[in-house]
Formats: sequence, structure tokens, C-alpha cells
Amino acid sequence: MNPATIFGLCAAVLVGLGLFGVIVQPQPLRKLLAFNVLGGGVFLLFGIVARRGEAAGFGADPVPQAMVITGLVVAFAATALAVALLRRLFDETSRATLRPDDDGADS
Amino acid sequence: MTPFDAATPDGYLLVLALVVPMAGLLAAFALGGRHAERVALLALPIGFAVAVAIAAVVWRRGDALVYTLGGWAPPLGVALRADGISVALLLTTAIVIGTAALFAHAEFRTAPGQPEARAPLVFWTFLLAVWAALNAVFLGADLFNLFVALELLTFGAVPLVCLDGSAATLQAALRYLLFALLGSVLYLLGAGLLYGAYGTLDIALLAERVHAGPAAWAAAALMTAGLLAKTALFPLHLWLPQAHAGAPAAASAVLSALVVKAPFFIVVRLWFDALPALRTPAAMQTLAALGAAAILFGSVLALRQARLKLLVAYSTVAQIGYLFLMFPLVGPTPLGSAAWTGGILQAVSHALAKAAMFLSAGLIAKALGHDRVAGLAGIGRVLPMTLFAFGLSGFSLMGLPPSGGFFAKWRLLRAAIEGGQWWWALVIVAGGLFTGGYVFRVLAPALGGTDEPLTPCASVSRSREALVLALALLSIAIGLLPLASFGLLQIGRAS
Repeated sequence: MNPATIFGLCAAVLVGLGLFGVIVQPQPLRKLLAFNVLGGGVFLLFGIVARRGEAAGFGADPVPQAMVITGLVVAFAATALAVALLRRLFDETSRATLRPDDDGADS
Repeated sequence: MTPFDAATPDGYLLVLALVVPMAGLLAAFALGGRHAERVALLALPIGFAVAVAIAAVVWRRGDALVYTLGGWAPPLGVALRADGISVALLLTTAIVIGTAALFAHAEFRTAPGQPEARAPLVFWTFLLAVWAALNAVFLGADLFNLFVALELLTFGAVPLVCLDGSAATLQAALRYLLFALLGSVLYLLGAGLLYGAYGTLDIALLAERVHAGPAAWAAAALMTAGLLAKTALFPLHLWLPQAHAGAPAAASAVLSALVVKAPFFIVVRLWFDALPALRTPAAMQTLAALGAAAILFGSVLALRQARLKLLVAYSTVAQIGYLFLMFPLVGPTPLGSAAWTGGILQAVSHALAKAAMFLSAGLIAKALGHDRVAGLAGIGRVLPMTLFAFGLSGFSLMGLPPSGGFFAKWRLLRAAIEGGQWWWALVIVAGGLFTGGYVFRVLAPALGGTDEPLTPCASVSRSREALVLALALLSIAIGLLPLASFGLLQIGRAS
């Protein structure tokens, strides 16, 4: 088992755990944390792809690394936005859940 | 699509289409307050002119317009590319955003001497952000670039959902954001697998290299699932009705008409342009089956809604389903290209009709002070022009001739029947009947009289009514130029 396979399996486990959490956890904050675990798995996968692309004197393929940096920025911004929304929701209702509102219009 | 697209003259227009709204966004944010509105209203006509110029150049050349950023050709660099369908959606976007902005001018104006408020600043800056992101989606020729554009779109659209800051809209925005984030991370995972397997994310290069295999299938499934969550195709539509119905009318119009079309556009790019090797009948039938389920499910729920804005939002769930019926019907035959035209025309005509519908629902809600369907009696006397616009856009959604919706659905219907896939024809016809049902549910009481005359609780200006009517008329008129748009939509396609 070479390192790429081990890291690949790690990425798969992280993606699986994260996906499970996003779908199963009811609280938005836990969903958000699970999303970050899932994101971690995806970024690890990009790292492995970069590692496998080592050639022409480079230790790794720089293109996936550039993508990871962009992806990290996006995931960070998304998490910050979600936390801001969540805090505002908590300020308004003093709870932070996504319970369907009781307006009766949605079935 | 030819590989190794070289940059074409006039390619700088594509850069302008991104730079104009983006510069407006930065300027509006930096200048702040009362200037945001002026910057937006200045950027809108310029951006519209750029969209028209791109359309004219693509039309004249009869081929796609390409710009390579920094002069670096793919696979090292990133290209922008405008073909026929990009042009159609760029123009639609410019028209709908322009109308929504003029409509919103009355609501989000900061009059001289009035203190600056948060909502107008957020509305004008994020309207420009959504516009920039939409243009980036329609011009992207690289799957990673499209990921960034999608994220910009999400970040632009979520604040528009919760403009009024109430608990219900905050919940809707949060639910939308969580769905969108799950969608984007799945898309990114798929893109990572594709890059690992084929060493490029440029759409034209991928089309040459990809062959059906486990990596390509896994990537296609992940990316499609992610995009479906963002475009709210059944059964991933749960976030849409509350989010779209809770926003102010102008924002709802932009969200429902345009924002959900961007992920759909990437699904089209993915299956037809990037991964043609994977276009097996089973995969295409699955996508269309989800579309059919969306049409039936969304229409039935729209029939059951007690509030007008929710009814219109569920109608969006149903109409998105029609877009996905094009996947099994498109092919290299003339019939297949008619289905292609039908699918894209459905995207354009739904955008115009749904924007008109949300704006007229907004005016009705403003005049009545509520938007309960049961309390609409007599509104036809108070707002005849608005109700006429609502009816016209309803006609387009139903698919009555000579509207744009009719020609879109007619092409899909013909392709389904003559192509031997009659089951999709049944869905199209049933969807039209359901649509007729929920439009009638609004029109029948609204046109009826009441015992005592209705006194509106707020007056609605004629100019706003005229704007809505113009948009509804456009959704009808788009059906009158089918032959011209037929040629345009095929530009830049391989088959």
C-alpha cells in the first residue's frame, strides 16, 4: 500500500463521514461542521491528485494545489457567511434550528 | 466545439461582460449608501449594451467568441467562451436584471435627506454580484472556473433571500445556503476526480479525452447531484419555495428567473459539451424522469398553496422540470436539434414569464397588504394592468400559443412523439393542464367582483405596472421569433 492509496482512503472516509453528518444531523451548526469535514476530504483528494502529477522537475502538479487554495478560500467564506446567518437567527429567535415554520402554507 | 479554441477578435467583450458588473459591485460597496443605487443604475445600461454587442458579434461570425485570459491557452490557461446558448442567456439576464432594478427603484430608493439604510445598500450591491456571477457562469469554458462562478452566485443570492431580516427569511436563507454548499462541495469533488483522471478541466479538452469509465461516471454523478441541489430539481427542491417566496418581489424575480438557471446551464455544459461520451440513454432518461417528477409534484403543490408568492415559487419547481426533459430528446438529427432549441427556449421564456409573475405578485401583495389567494377578489378592478401581466405570463408557462413557452414545449413535445418517447409527451401535456389549473385559481377570483368595492391599502404607480406588463409581453413575443433564435442557439455546437 503506497502513501497515495492510504491518503486516498483517508479522503474517502472524510467525505463519507462529512456527507453522513450533513444529511443526518438536524442542527445547522453540526451540518456546517460536517460540511467542513467533507470539504477536508475533498481538499485531501486534490492533494493526492497533485502528488500523482509530479513530473518535469516539479515535486507536485501545481494546478490542483492552486485549486485547493481557491477551494479553501471559498469554503472559509461560506462557513463565515453561514455562521453569521446562524448568529443572526439566534438573536432573532433565541434558537438555532431549521424547524419548518408554522405558517401552514408549506405542506 | 472545436478543441484548442484560439482567442478571437472582439474577445475583450467577454471580459467587459464580467468587469462591468464587478466594477459596479466594488464601486457601490466602496461608495456606499445612497451612491450604490446610482452606480447600479449606471452599470445596468452599460452591461446591457455589452450583452447586445456580444450577441451581435456571435451572430455575425456564426461561431463562438473566445478569449484566453492573459494569452495563455488551455490547458495551462483559462478561456472564456460565448456560443449561441451563452448569448441567449446573457441577453435574458441583462433584460430581467434591468427590469427588476427599475422595478425595485421605488422600494430601495434613498431620497436626498433621507438617512441611509442597510437594505437598499445590500440590494443594489448584491444585485450586481448576482449579475456578475451569472455572466461568469454563462461564459465559463473551464469546470473549475464554473465552480468559482457558482460560489459567487450563491454568496450573491443568499443575502437577497433574507433582505428583510425576519426569522422566517433567515431560516430560508440558511437552508438555501446549506443545500448550495453541499451542492458545491459535491461538484468540486467531481471536478477533482476528473482532473485526476484526465489532467484538465477545460471543457473542450475534456470532451476529447473522456471515455466512459468508473472515474468519469463517479465524477459525472457527483457533479450532477451537486448541481441539481443548486437548481432545485425534485427531490432536492425543499429549500426553494420558502427562499423565493420570502424575498422582496424584485429579488424573488431575479432568484426564480435567473439564479436557478445557472446550475442547469452547467448541467447542460457538463453532459453535452464536456462529457459527451457518457450520454447513455439510461443516464438521460434518469435526468428526464426527475424532471417529470418535478413537473407533477411541483404543479400539485402549487395548486394547494394558500399564498400567492408560494404558489408562484412552487410553479418554479415544476417549470424547472421541463428543462430536464430536453436531455433524452436532444440528438444529432433535426428533431434532436429542435429539442435543444426547445429546452433553451424554455429556460429563456420561463425566465421572462416568471420574473413578470413574481413582480406582479409583488404589486398585488402591496396593494392588498397580503397575498392570500382566497382574498384576491376584486383586485382585477384595482390593478387591471398587473393582473393582465400575470395572466400573460401564466399563458407562457402553460404553453398557450403564440407565447415563448408554447414554442418551447411544442418542440419538446414533437421531439418526444416523433422520437418514439411518447411518455415524456404525456408529462408535458399533463404539466400544461396543471399549470392552467393554478393560474386559473388566481385569475378566477381576481377577475370576479365583490359586493363592496375593494379599497387598496397602498397605491401602486402606473410605471411599475407598465414595467411588469412589458416583461410579460416579452415572454409572449419571444415565441414570435422562433426561426431567428433557432439558428442562434446552434452556434458553436459540434453537431
